[in-house]
Amino acid sequence: MRERSDSQFYNVDWITVIIYIVLVVLGLMNIYSAVYDPAQSNIFDLSRLEGKQFVFICVSLALGFSLLLVDASFFTATAFYAYGGFLLLNIAVRFLGTEVKGSHSWFRFGSFGLQPAEFMKFSTALALAKYISGITRRDLVRDFFVCMGFILLPMLIIAVIQSETGVAIVLAAFIVVLYREGVFPGWLLLLGIATVLAVVLGLKFYDYKWYFVAGSIAIASFWLFFQRRIRFSKIITAAGIVIYFVSVIFIANKGVNKMAEHQSARIKVWLGMPVSKEMEDRFGYNVKQSMIAIGSGGVNGKGYLEGTQTKFRFVPEQETDFIFCTVGEEWGFLGSAGIILLYAFLVIRLIFMAERQRSDFTRIYGYGVACVFFIHLMVNVGMTIGLIPVIGIPLPFFSYGGSSLIGFTLLLFIFIRLDSQRLLILR
Amino acid sequence: MNSDVRKYIIAVAVVVVALLYILRLFTIQVVEDKYKLTASNQAFLQMTDYPPRGAIYDRKGKLLVFNQVAYDLMVVPRDLKDCDTIGICKILNITTDDFKKRLVRLSGSLKESARDYRSHIFESQMLPELNAQIQERLYMFPGFYVTARTVRKYPIPMAAHLLGYIGEVNERITKKNPYYKSGDYIGMSGIEKGYEEALRGKKGVQIMMRDVHNNIRGSYKNGIYDTAAVPGKNLYSTLDAELQQYGEKLMQNKIGGVVAIEPATGEILALITSPTYDPNLLVGRDFPKNYAALARDTLGKPLFNRALQAYYPPGSTFKLLNALIGLQEGVLRPATTYPCAQGYPPLGGKPKCHPHGSPTDLKGSIATSCNSYYSYVFKSIVDNRKYKNTVEGYQAWKDYVNSFGVGVKIGTDLPYELKGIVPTPAYYDKVFGKNGWRSSTVISLGIGQAELSVTPLQMCNIVSTIANRGYYITPHVVRSIGDNKVLPQWQKKNYTKVTNREYYEDVITGMAQVMTGGTGRSVQLPGIESCGKTGTAQNPHGEDHSVFVMFAPRQNPKICIAILVENAGFGATWAAPIASLMMEKYLTGKVTRPDMEQRMFEGDLIHKHPSSGAKPKPKPQLQ
Repeated sequence: MRERSDSQFYNVDWITVIIYIVLVVLGLMNIYSAVYDPAQSNIFDLSRLEGKQFVFICVSLALGFSLLLVDASFFTATAFYAYGGFLLLNIAVRFLGTEVKGSHSWFRFGSFGLQPAEFMKFSTALALAKYISGITRRDLVRDFFVCMGFILLPMLIIAVIQSETGVAIVLAAFIVVLYREGVFPGWLLLLGIATVLAVVLGLKFYDYKWYFVAGSIAIASFWLFFQRRIRFSKIITAAGIVIYFVSVIFIANKGVNKMAEHQSARIKVWLGMPVSKEMEDRFGYNVKQSMIAIGSGGVNGKGYLEGTQTKFRFVPEQETDFIFCTVGEEWGFLGSAGIILLYAFLVIRLIFMAERQRSDFTRIYGYGVACVFFIHLMVNVGMTIGLIPVIGIPLPFFSYGGSSLIGFTLLLFIFIRLDSQRLLILR
Repeated sequence: MNSDVRKYIIAVAVVVVALLYILRLFTIQVVEDKYKLTASNQAFLQMTDYPPRGAIYDRKGKLLVFNQVAYDLMVVPRDLKDCDTIGICKILNITTDDFKKRLVRLSGSLKESARDYRSHIFESQMLPELNAQIQERLYMFPGFYVTARTVRKYPIPMAAHLLGYIGEVNERITKKNPYYKSGDYIGMSGIEKGYEEALRGKKGVQIMMRDVHNNIRGSYKNGIYDTAAVPGKNLYSTLDAELQQYGEKLMQNKIGGVVAIEPATGEILALITSPTYDPNLLVGRDFPKNYAALARDTLGKPLFNRALQAYYPPGSTFKLLNALIGLQEGVLRPATTYPCAQGYPPLGGKPKCHPHGSPTDLKGSIATSCNSYYSYVFKSIVDNRKYKNTVEGYQAWKDYVNSFGVGVKIGTDLPYELKGIVPTPAYYDKVFGKNGWRSSTVISLGIGQAELSVTPLQMCNIVSTIANRGYYITPHVVRSIGDNKVLPQWQKKNYTKVTNREYYEDVITGMAQVMTGGTGRSVQLPGIESCGKTGTAQNPHGEDHSVFVMFAPRQNPKICIAILVENAGFGATWAAPIASLMMEKYLTGKVTRPDMEQRMFEGDLIHKHPSSGAKPKPKPQLQ
């Protein structure tokens, strides 16, 4: 695309815009299919879910393109205000909002609802970008705690006050941004991931715990053996790591068994460990039905509007959190793998765009956008194929819902706008 | 670590997760089958359309088997939550405990049954009245539905063994043949089994979609995968219902079997096993109870198809075969005479014989049923100079016997056909040692004793072969399927190794003499020239079996009969009169000897049968 350099659309990354439009259109088609009733042929109807989603898409597109008209300096100037304002809104919703299924995270306006937590994603990203890009002298300890504060504060508010664990977990993805910027140490990230893995594997294969212990001692000894000079500090480090992971495994097992039955059952179901039939039906039903729907798609899928598992409501919440089932059932392996590749391409493209920035602010924000999309993809799809425990977060652009669609659009188009002005240095 | 490395770590992590997920999708969507199976189990309801089973007619177009509508009460245990259990128990006349027990039996356990979405038969083959009661209140019993099925009905209660019965398939059958699903019926014996595929037709299937609440949501893809049921074909059997019924009446209170064949076509006119039972007993809900009762009757063993499956020593009737073999081998001529000293002289009077004029020629030997004569004949066949040794000579004799359908399966269309026993040379080598036996060792084969065993059907087939002067058409009970075209396998003539028509005429002359002046003269029917042979088969279980074979008329024979009455003594006492009466009935349509008929109707031999506890009488001599 060639525009004059004074055009508002000069330097807009059209590839990203096209991916966005493709995903939104595919998403609309899927929602139509998910609520489609083969017994009665239905035409497009604004009172139905796909009609409402269409309205949301129109609003989002308008919003997205109007963002392209806003000067990039607006975002740097207002970053902290946006963060603070949305933080307050997220507290206010506890008192002014309506309760939906036990969580207090919605404002209601007639038949439409607004979930302010969705806006916490881009405002936190903006705030982090603003703070980190403004650091003149690095202080590892200070920067670490301030940045973690930016992340943990909305997480706590959303998780505790609103009981919306899903959105809170998404915010944790910003740790990867901190890692990229050198604020969050790599070894700590590695230790965190390793600890999660140790908990999962330790629970699932608790019967073989002594092999873990023996294995980790063996690896530690092996590592020490190949050191050029064995120092006392190295022995201490190795022993410390072994002791840490072994105790993680034992504590996790004790902890799970101490939990109330329905909580431990939820974890055990996800890990594929034996639980009572009742618990399996209670916590395993969604994922079981979701996997049946996806698995029954085969290589080529059953064809658009031909899915039976999703049409006949075997899969719960299939138009929102379990929308990927419709993709898997109707488009099969080719379609669902294609969607995953498309998302992965979007995330890689965002990383690529972030890395081409001269301005730190834009780069940091870009990483924030990439991380949010990535964690949504990983958690949402991972849950439908039984790789990740059930956490209720939407699949961007696919799941039905105005707030999330508008939130994702804002998130993405702010970055596209910032990127289009990449020749400027923003602070 | 600088930021360059970190950005690649992040990008690689994204790619790794994406590939991991794609791999997982590949496993559950492409590799694994279980999700597809569960999905179709959940979302599709296969409604089976059961075709009516074909009817069976006799040779004159009389209906032997047809269908009556009965209703199966089906249950989908998962949907029983709102069912008025007490109400349905009341209608079915069972307790709620029985109800639970049935669910456990169907689904494995009560817990399982709460999830079990398969259809099971809860109550099978209800009569229309019971069905009406349930239909009236079906809305109160969600989880239950009724399907119409058919049960077999036999207007004339006869030929139970021949017609066979149908029963619910078991797991072994469903595993072996995927056509059958639990709850289906299959022919278990007789014609029902032998012609299962023609009779059953083809089930139709209608695929309906249902949602998570088990509501039917219409036909899948407008029914393009649905198939219509194909009704079973009607069978036209060769049976003569009148003859069969008459024969069964004559055989009542006797143990044994009768087979009647039309020699020119191989068509089985009657296949009687006694004692028998009413085929209507093995139908519908009372099947298990009645079957158990019949199986418990160890005295008469009414379920045992003697005509087809019982092994009997053929006795004197086998002499006909030996005569034919001797003639063909050139070691016997019609004029050949052998002495008889109330036994076979070379072996000191064994096998024994009864008093009669001596010596006799071939005709006389048949008429008098001389044991000595056939010992000579057998010896001359086996010890023929043209064979190197006993084994070769014996093998030659056995080949002749096999060519008459004895010792081999003749390939009839009834299931569970048996071969009969004609020992191999290897068998005798094992018993007596190599070179340890001569023709004299096995001399009683000449008179149809020793190890020889045949079924009544095979016996009748021998007679049919003689009546045809040298060939037989495989005996069968079904002439055609669906239309009037005779099945091609019933058109082939099986020639024996005795090829010369003359030899058959020689033997037939002897058989005619049996009726005019020999052991069968008491049952000779004036006006019809018939040919017969009595037999009295020794057996280790008690009194001799009474055997008789015959065919009539002598020229252009219309019917062959073989009959065996267990432990009834002389062939002429019971077997011959029954055969003769059946022949008369078949050929003339009436019976002119009411006294004889009466005696046969009333004769009760079951209570002198050895297994009933009566002591066996001393054996009379062979006749």
